[in-house]
Amino acid sequence: MTASVTSTERLQRLLALVPYVVSRKSVGLAETASAFGVSERELVDDLNLLWCVELRAPDPYCPIDLSYEGGEIVVSQAESIARPLRLAVDEASALLVALRMLAEVPGMEDRSALSRLIAKLEAAAGEAASASAQVAVQVDVPDAGAEAYAAQIRAALAAGRRLHLNYYVPGRDEATERDVDPMGLHIVEGRPYLQGWCLRAEAMRLFRLDRVLSLEVLDVPASPPADAVPVDVDQGLFRPSPGDVPVVIELSAAGRWVAEYYPCESVAELEDGRLRVVLRTPDTGMVRRLALRLGEDGRIVSPPSLVTAVREAATAALANYVV
Amino acid sequence: MSKRKTERLLGLVVCLLSTGRYLTAEQIRQAVPGYPEPDELFKRMFERDKEDLRDLGIPLETGVNHPFDEDPGYRIRPQAYELPELRLEADEAAVLGLAARVWRRAELAGAAAGALLKLRAAGIDTAGPQEADERLSRHGIEPRLGTPEPAFGPLWEAVRDRRPVTFSYRAAGRSDPQRRELEPWGVVNGHGRWYVAGRDRGRDATRVFRLSRIAGPVKFCGPPGSVTVPAGTEVRELVRNWDAAPAPEHTAVLRVRAGTGVGLRQGAVSVRPDGSGESPDWDLVTTRFADVGWFADYTASFGPDAVVLDPPDLREAVLRRLKGVLA
Repeated sequence: MTASVTSTERLQRLLALVPYVVSRKSVGLAETASAFGVSERELVDDLNLLWCVELRAPDPYCPIDLSYEGGEIVVSQAESIARPLRLAVDEASALLVALRMLAEVPGMEDRSALSRLIAKLEAAAGEAASASAQVAVQVDVPDAGAEAYAAQIRAALAAGRRLHLNYYVPGRDEATERDVDPMGLHIVEGRPYLQGWCLRAEAMRLFRLDRVLSLEVLDVPASPPADAVPVDVDQGLFRPSPGDVPVVIELSAAGRWVAEYYPCESVAELEDGRLRVVLRTPDTGMVRRLALRLGEDGRIVSPPSLVTAVREAATAALANYVV
Repeated sequence: MSKRKTERLLGLVVCLLSTGRYLTAEQIRQAVPGYPEPDELFKRMFERDKEDLRDLGIPLETGVNHPFDEDPGYRIRPQAYELPELRLEADEAAVLGLAARVWRRAELAGAAAGALLKLRAAGIDTAGPQEADERLSRHGIEPRLGTPEPAFGPLWEAVRDRRPVTFSYRAAGRSDPQRRELEPWGVVNGHGRWYVAGRDRGRDATRVFRLSRIAGPVKFCGPPGSVTVPAGTEVRELVRNWDAAPAPEHTAVLRVRAGTGVGLRQGAVSVRPDGSGESPDWDLVTTRFADVGWFADYTASFGPDAVVLDPPDLREAVLRRLKGVLA
């Protein structure tokens, strides 16, 4: 990793390292290395570099004195860099925006700690905090129901209990009953999700709280399989699997929104602002409904079976209007 | 990475923080080892070093000790440099760890990590990524912000530095992107998407843009500090109002096949069996909607399971969609 670190990045680390040790009086090499995300060897290089700094004013002197004998770092002289540098605008903003978002999360218990922390950081950051007011995140809490569900899910997580959901699957226009062993409550892109082991699907699933029709905490302990691995939501909520069907759709300019709302494997510009997209889906019912909604603004190119299914559905729907 | 450069920069910071007085470039050259002999080389290197320090947010001040001094001097005031004293309670430190994880892998992730490092350097014991993971499983909550839109980075910089920008924008349903010049006031995430709000110079009006519809690069078109955010501007409100669903003022009556149309039944005014006798498999659903176009799309998506009885314009719009599929 050393190779990718620039001189200024390393300077930043050194300027944090000295106060890190000073504020703790003495601290272990291993612990410090892990706090700074470097190896112990890199840390020792940093410490040696600090110790070697020399100024001539006019006689040479070493402003920083430290030792790390026995694996314990002690800074006995830190001169003028005993305190960390102020927060930069980006740094203050990143934290404050995130904290204000957390304060909106449904079912968050630590609201008082959050507001105290926000006030302290605003004070410490001073002017650097002002730009953070220009960035805001709204957490969607679809209705009071979702807030109550979030609280129930957190209670079930804390008590290790199984949940029963009545959950709407729009792709199939179906309300499904399922038992779920909850494993986390996620806020992704401003929207709350329950993650858990779905006993019906026998797989990890993410459930959007605004699609939960009803929810009940069961008097049954949650017992997800030992090898159940939660989905890493950082990798995106949409995970194509090898069994997914690739669907090719041509969209008019008015249908371009599809490329924004659905994760597309590829998006190609055609003439007149039209797009050709490829979606991979485990659920062709979802695409059939999408095609019906798009009308002439979206044309399924393949697979042929889906082209037929959409035409049949449209024909049957039109027949309903013929009295 | 050059070790010598790091040493020189560190020496420069310590030297300028320790001096109460402004030091001229020449005095700095004498005090800080590592600068080259030839004047030209020294000047160039010193200029770059000053830039580097300012980029890190180090408040390098320029001034003179005496009005008659010819050469400008430099210093760093400790009060401007140092993070003020900050003490956190245990529960505050715990949520700090959560906040730093919100941006993981997104645009401001590096900034959040940098902030956390400085706070830990100030003696605050907050969780590192590993510990935060454990704490999160206890919290059972995983808040995340993503910035997949490439426009986020430059727009955040523009908002932060109060600079106007220009970009091409493809408004909903339009095939041709249009050039826009914007004085950005703020970026807002709503419904999981990023928006920028500000004054559209071409239209001389307040406008909101969705970042995912910005095509190509965002370019600065004015110096930092040249945008003024009008007093009392609430960017959040601007975006919320722009994005708000209009009130559902219209009423629709639909026939919905029994056991289907869950989405149509949710929030319906009334659902009852179709009393016409000859169709026991159907329910009559009365519901409210805001926009004929949107609701026609939605109703059409239910295919043969939903039939619009009223109003006629909605019925026509659904028929148009369905015929469009067969066109």
